[in-house]
Formats: sequence, C-alpha cells, structure tokens
Amino acid sequence: MNLAAAHPGFLSPTGVEIVFVLVGVVTLAAAVITVTTRKLVHAALWLVVALGGIAVEYLLLTAEFIAWVQVLIYVGSVVVLLLFGLMLTRAPIGDSPDADSGNRPVALAVALASAATLVTVVVDAFRTYWIDLDASVQGSTAVTGESLFRHWVLPFEALSVLLLAALVGAIVLSRKDGPRAAGPGPVRDPDATGPAAPAAPDQPDTDTGPGSGTDAEGRR
Amino acid sequence: MDVLDVALRLVAVLVAFLTLPLLVGQTEHKVMAHMQGRVGPMYAGGFHGWAQLVADGVKFAQKEDIVPDGADRRVFQLAPAVALIPYLLVLVAIPFAPDGGVGQAVDAGIFFVLAVMGVGVLGSLMGGWASANKFSLLGGLRTGAQLMAYELPMLLAAASVAMAAGTASLTGILDAFEWWWVPWQIIGALVFFTAGLAELQRPPFDAPVADSEIIFGAYTEYTGLRFAFFLLAEYAGIVVLCALTTVLFLGGWHGPFAADLGWVWTLLKTSVLAFVVIWLRVSYPRLREDQIQRVAWTGLVPLALLQIALTGVVKVVIQ
Repeated sequence: MNLAAAHPGFLSPTGVEIVFVLVGVVTLAAAVITVTTRKLVHAALWLVVALGGIAVEYLLLTAEFIAWVQVLIYVGSVVVLLLFGLMLTRAPIGDSPDADSGNRPVALAVALASAATLVTVVVDAFRTYWIDLDASVQGSTAVTGESLFRHWVLPFEALSVLLLAALVGAIVLSRKDGPRAAGPGPVRDPDATGPAAPAAPDQPDTDTGPGSGTDAEGRR
Repeated sequence: MDVLDVALRLVAVLVAFLTLPLLVGQTEHKVMAHMQGRVGPMYAGGFHGWAQLVADGVKFAQKEDIVPDGADRRVFQLAPAVALIPYLLVLVAIPFAPDGGVGQAVDAGIFFVLAVMGVGVLGSLMGGWASANKFSLLGGLRTGAQLMAYELPMLLAAASVAMAAGTASLTGILDAFEWWWVPWQIIGALVFFTAGLAELQRPPFDAPVADSEIIFGAYTEYTGLRFAFFLLAEYAGIVVLCALTTVLFLGGWHGPFAADLGWVWTLLKTSVLAFVVIWLRVSYPRLREDQIQRVAWTGLVPLALLQIALTGVVKVVIQ
C-alpha cells in the first residue's frame, strides 16, 4: 500500500493513458465481434483489427520491437494462413450455416475464467510497477535483445529447439508416404504445397478444383 | 523536432508516394515498348507521350464503380485501400539521405518495413474472397500460398544484414555500411530481391494474376478507381522493394559526395533496380504454381540460411 501511494494515480490521466484506454476498447470490441459474427471470413478480418489494436497498445507502452513483431507474425502470417485455410475449404459470402457449434456456454465460461485468471495475475504482479514513458525507451530492440540474450537465454534456446522439432515434424508428416505416393486420393494436408509439392505438378489445380466448386454452391 | 518539421517530412513522403510509382509506370510503358521493338504510347502530351499515365488516370476516374451483385460489398470496397496504404506507411521509414534524411527514423526499422508490407497482401486476399468469383478466389489462394512461401526467405535475408550491421534500424544499417558488404551480402541481396518480386506478384511470379489462366486473379471484378488503386499499389510496391534493396544491400545514399548528393544516389540505385524489375517482366516466362513453391522452399530458403551462416562466420572472424 505504501508503494501504491507513490503512484502518479489515475485521477488526472495523460493523453497517452486516454488513447491507451480508447484503443483497448476498440480492441475488445473487435475481439467480441470476431467470436460473435456469423460470417467466417469477417471473423478473420476482425481478428486483424483486434491483433492490430494490441500492437498499437504495445507501441503506446514504448515496446516498439514487440509491436512490429506482433504485426509481422500475427497479422502478416497467422491471419494470412487462416484466410488461406478458409478460402481453401469453405467460406461462403454471407452467413456460414455451420459456424455455431453447440458448446457456446462452455466456451463463454472458459473465456471468462481465463480472462479473470489473467487479469488477477497481471494486476497482482505489476500493481506497483509504473512505466515512465518519458524516460528511456524500455522496449527498444537493444533493450529487448539484451534482456533476452542475457537473462532469458535458456528459455529462448529451449523454445528454439521446440520450434525446430515442430518444423522437422511437419516435414516428416508431409513426406510420410514417400514422394511418389501422392496419387489420386484427396490431399487435405496444407503442408503438401510445401516440400512434397514438386512430386505432383498439377496438384494445386486439382486440389482447389473441388473446393471452389462447393464454395460456389454455398454462395447460391 | 517541431510540428512544422514533421508536417514537411510527411508532405515530402506523400509527394514521393504520388509521383515515383507513376514514374515507374511510365518507364514500364516505354521500356517494354522498346524491348519489344515498338514505340509505345506517343501522342498524349506531345513529347513521347509523357501524359499517357495522366490520361489513363482520368479514364479510370470516369469509369463506373461496379460492385458485383453477389459480392460482399464492404470487404470488396475496402480491399484496394488495404492494399495501397501500407506502402505509403513503409515509405515514411526509408532513409534517402545522410543525417536525418528520413521521414521518421524507426528503431526496429527492418521489422516495421517487412511487417507493414505483409499487411498489404491482405488487400489481395480480401478482394479475392469478396468478389464471389471463382477466378478471384483462385487468385486469392495463389496470393496466400505465395506470400507464405516467400515471407520466410525475405525475412532471413534481411536478418542477415541486421546481423552484419548489429542493428535493426534502417538508418543505423546505412551508418555502419562499408563497401565490401556488397560482395559479402550478395546472396542475401538476390534472395531478398527475388522474394520481394514474388511478394509483389510481378513476373515471373505473377501466377496469382495470370491473365491467360484466371483472367486477372483477385482483381478480376474491379473497375475504375478501385482497380487503379490496385495498379498503383503494384507500382508503389516496386518503388518500396527497390528502395529497400538499395538501403539494405547497396549502401543507400553512400557514394561520392554523399553529404550533398546522398538522395541522388538513393534515387539512382532505386531506379536501376526498378529497371531490372521491368526488364524481368519482359524477358522471363511465368513460373507454374508448383515451380513457384519449389523455388521458394528448395532454392531461396537454403540460400538465405547459407547467407546467414556466412554473415555469422565473417562477423565472428573480423571481431
């Protein structure tokens, strides 16, 4: 409590704090629309807004490096992968009839519980921590790199090994039948466009043909 | 840095954004014409048809703006803006002259530039899906597959330069630049430029818009001003890619009399690269979809990793 008394307080918010709250509201709204909209592709696009909003929050906290990596990985790659998957399988214009599964209440309960846990933990851990935005930048590339490779080297290396294992695993899975076996059977594995693709020259076209057919039906 | 200074810089970036892509477009008309043994558009404006692009722009603005009946209206209309605006943002961070000759120095410049460039591709995906057209959907799919394949080698090649310079800031990289970096990073430069061409869907990587197979890919249903925005995004993309390659691999403003003529060197190197982009369009046939994937995964990624290893070894040796 003594430490908390030394805080600048919330009664006279600065411009940055106001913007932070506003962007947070927009991000939250986009996230809610992402899970409630009935149009699948719209959900993916609202996810872009939500993830971009989080990047802006990082920027406002001077964590510039994390902000750009967030845009690069999540908006630039994860959402593109998501959209690619949706377009490859089933993404009708308008409402997706099978977008709702029956476990809506369970999902809501899990979401609220995890949100409550996270908020409690973060508030408890950083209650007395105050970022001085006017002083030195604390999230620049130099500072991030230093703390990453000085204090957090072991977790960093462990994560690298994990990611490498996942990468090798993906390659092994996509090649399990040997390079010649990718025959007439339906290829559902998106990884097949990767290293295994050269074995079957016309694979992309035959692969997308039936998919776009069902798609056009879904639109009518 | 006061308000006037910021405003002036932003206006300068905006002017560059509005003129340089048009210059590249006009050069493409002329260079392609001469390489194919014809003269190209010669009448508009008098001297060698210099006003042809202005006339094209007027034509685009006059056309009716059509949204197909079955399309998803809002996403369809938003897509061209999503494709175009990221390139404007990227231009802000590209240094063109020494000592503060940059719209806004960004600390993690490489990440900023590559991240924002990746967002532009969302525009093609949105257009491809929202058009409710099989050809558009195929184009969008190809765009997505191509982006996922070429983002990795591009990042790795850029990371190699960041390792060499010891910083991720574009201005910092140029400050640390030495002439022998050009031969040292030459593999990375080729990988970066090729992957950038693929990300812009320029020939020989233009399977997503292949007009003889899928009409015009994701842009099939677009007309008028919105189509012009997509075209402008392509040319702005050429400018951004060439400027970035110049900054990362060719020393940017470095050259004789760099203190005064730095911006001339940047422009000169950028335009030579833009010429190469046009040259490739005229001289190389389109790669098939599986060939595009093969080039990325079995060609560019190993080459980029080789460059990173080379950079690391040399960096350790010279320290």
